[in-house]
Amino acid sequence: MTKPGRTLLKVQGLTKRFGGLVAVDNMTFDVHEHEVLGLIGPNGSGKTTTMNLISGAFPPSGGSITMNGQRLSGLAAHQIARLGVSRTFQLVRVLPGLSLVDNVVAGAAFGYRKRWGAEAETFARGLLERIGLGEHMHLPVGSLTYIDQKRLELARALAGEPEVLLLDEWLAGLNPTELQQGIELISELRREGRTIILVEHVMDAIRSLCDRCVVMNSGAKIAEGTPHDVLSDPEVIRAYLGDE
Amino acid sequence: MDILVSGLLLGGTYALVAMGLNLQYGVARIMNLASGEMLVLGALAAFWLFTAAQLSPVLTMIMVAPLAFIGNWLIYQLLLRPLVRRAKNQGQLEVDSILATFGMSFALVGIMVAIHGEYFTYSYLANPFEILGTTVALNRFVAFVVAVIIGVALVLWLNFTRPGTAVRAVSVNTEAAKLVGINVPRMSALSFALGGAVTAAGGTLISTFITLDASVGVIFTMKALIIVIMGGVGDMRGSIIAALLLGLVETAVATLIDPGLTLVSAYLIFLGILLFRPQGLFGKRTT
Amino acid sequence: MTGNGWKEIGLAAGLVVLAALVPLATDGYWLSIAVTAMMYIALATAWTLFSGPTHYISLATGAFFGIGGYLVATGMSDYDISFWVMAAVAPFVAVVLAALVGAATLRLSGIYFVIFTLGLAEMIRGLVSWVQNNFLGSRGLYVLTDFTEAHIYWMLLAIAAVVYLIGWLIERSRLGFAMKIIGNDEGVAKHLGINTAAAKVALFMVTGYFTALVGVVIAPRYSYIEPNLVFSPELSFLVVIMALLGGTQRLWGPIVGVIPFTLIWETISVSFPNATTFYLGLSFLLIVYFIPNGFVGLIEKLVKRRHG
Repeated sequence: MTKPGRTLLKVQGLTKRFGGLVAVDNMTFDVHEHEVLGLIGPNGSGKTTTMNLISGAFPPSGGSITMNGQRLSGLAAHQIARLGVSRTFQLVRVLPGLSLVDNVVAGAAFGYRKRWGAEAETFARGLLERIGLGEHMHLPVGSLTYIDQKRLELARALAGEPEVLLLDEWLAGLNPTELQQGIELISELRREGRTIILVEHVMDAIRSLCDRCVVMNSGAKIAEGTPHDVLSDPEVIRAYLGDE
Repeated sequence: MDILVSGLLLGGTYALVAMGLNLQYGVARIMNLASGEMLVLGALAAFWLFTAAQLSPVLTMIMVAPLAFIGNWLIYQLLLRPLVRRAKNQGQLEVDSILATFGMSFALVGIMVAIHGEYFTYSYLANPFEILGTTVALNRFVAFVVAVIIGVALVLWLNFTRPGTAVRAVSVNTEAAKLVGINVPRMSALSFALGGAVTAAGGTLISTFITLDASVGVIFTMKALIIVIMGGVGDMRGSIIAALLLGLVETAVATLIDPGLTLVSAYLIFLGILLFRPQGLFGKRTT
Repeated sequence: MTGNGWKEIGLAAGLVVLAALVPLATDGYWLSIAVTAMMYIALATAWTLFSGPTHYISLATGAFFGIGGYLVATGMSDYDISFWVMAAVAPFVAVVLAALVGAATLRLSGIYFVIFTLGLAEMIRGLVSWVQNNFLGSRGLYVLTDFTEAHIYWMLLAIAAVVYLIGWLIERSRLGFAMKIIGNDEGVAKHLGINTAAAKVALFMVTGYFTALVGVVIAPRYSYIEPNLVFSPELSFLVVIMALLGGTQRLWGPIVGVIPFTLIWETISVSFPNATTFYLGLSFLLIVYFIPNGFVGLIEKLVKRRHG
């Protein structure tokens, strides 16, 4: 495993209001190069909204996000993608009208490191092999199982060779066997030294995958540290289990 | 002052037509591009009964509204429901309903041209009438008053009755309305029919002071659409204010510059709305 | 590049050669029908270029077409500029208009775009008439050239062929690929780094260019031009119908829609000149309720059934 390096992504005072509701409240955290950061917390605590703010699905109401000193907050989603932020979606979103290879080429053609034509196709096939979809290469996307669709979405996100990869509950909805495969896949990405922010509920995955965790509750950060430390933090336990 | 009074009087009837369209689009989610033809149909009835039987357009309106209600209810059930059922997503329904209502619009124009291909010219209450120091034709004033009565009744119905509340609920969130036990298809049909009735009533009123012809509907469809978007989809108050605004601007442009430029001025307003407040004048920005 | 792609373009080239022979085989009535059909083929293919992949119903055809025709007439009549210079300049005015309309509406949902284009031709006609009456003096505008019907036909055929070729190239380009992704899931497209609004506007500009060029080329056929004639809302609707009748999911769809429709429409216009609007409405309804995917959909269903 590569040691976490310099600060890559900086989130400062990030806030998002929907009407009167404050979904993300003054969040501040750093993401280091080559680290896997877990963004965890109970349902409705603002994790996915934070991911959406980083990827530019909508603009923040306040605060800033910077990557390598470049300001991301306020940019449109496509600009952020081109600067090297890729993501998967909470509910898997593959492109049903495209072939498997084209689904991955879609990630390479417009992303951070652009590839097109024969080069992109070869690259996409390579990624599909690596991610375990080599045998299904010629199937229609609609016939893929749930985990295979998730794999495909991950391959698409990796195809632009992003600086930062955002995985929004990528392991959710998998059965126990698939979950093991999924965790294995992400650990591989971690060993390669990729920088990943993952939103996750599966505790085993958080313990085995994350270098550090940021815990959110009601939109705000309540703890930060190694998985072991934050998961034994009384305030975190209270947030998950209630006050009793 | 002249412009202000005439503009507001014109805007009052526009408001009625826009409220009709807003019920159809905001609740039933059908972008009805045949709305203008429904209006012209009301106008044609008023013209026909006035020239044939000297019947007052206000009386005609009272007869036309229930007929238009039934007619639009049938259109919704027979022609539009199948599209709603067939559509896999909102986008497809939008495209299908646009094309289908275009078809209805042209078919209706064709039928009306066959009935009466010339201008619907008749003269009802064309006497001068003084209001706030300005002289206007009495028919404009009467049309305005009737439009206000219908508009107020509609707003009260929407806000203070059970079915009205159900209609508003569907407009805000179709899925949630379904979950609390509202019969969404029925409410959609009701809104579509009611919207058509209001539009046709607006048509009979407008025909008392503007000379229409069978093919002029599309202009009113445009204006109603611009008003609905300006006021915010599903927002009746917004429609009323936007309609008054459009009435004022059009009257000002027609008096001060050139009557041929009213559509240009409507477009400029539309462009401004699209660029700066696509959610409507009073709408909240959604994400 | 797949073999199918080359086969398609080869077939298209063959058709173009065949079509080019039409004026040698006939003149008079059938040639004039052929000119009309070729005009609609060019217009409907240009329309499909944008509206096919985006599913946005564009009613701007009349506006772009009118700009082409009207500018040629003004340039030649009022300023003694040659036809060819105006043919080079006028389409770019339509491109600018397309960019403006696109920038204002294509960031938003499709409905705004439809509504905006619905009255566009009518609005520009009003503006042009006003300018003409108040500032230029209302004189007739003449487009006098030596072109015969055959010349116009060949020019239209050339435009149609170029539009088709460009569409074929776009389908294989990153822009075409981007449009395909947008058609699948616009939200995902944005997060993959696609500037979805810019892609749509770019495509709409291409459509605007060629639509105006058709307006330019057809102007000599009318010879006397007034705004009411060229800024025709009806034209916008006819093009939509023909393209949908053919089917918009394939670039060749409009061609199979235009030819039968032009013939039927010609018959209707001659036999029932007062009922054309009614039949226009009826055609819309028939397409929506009975052939929602056009002839292309029908043909592909048949082919699939035979293979499966």
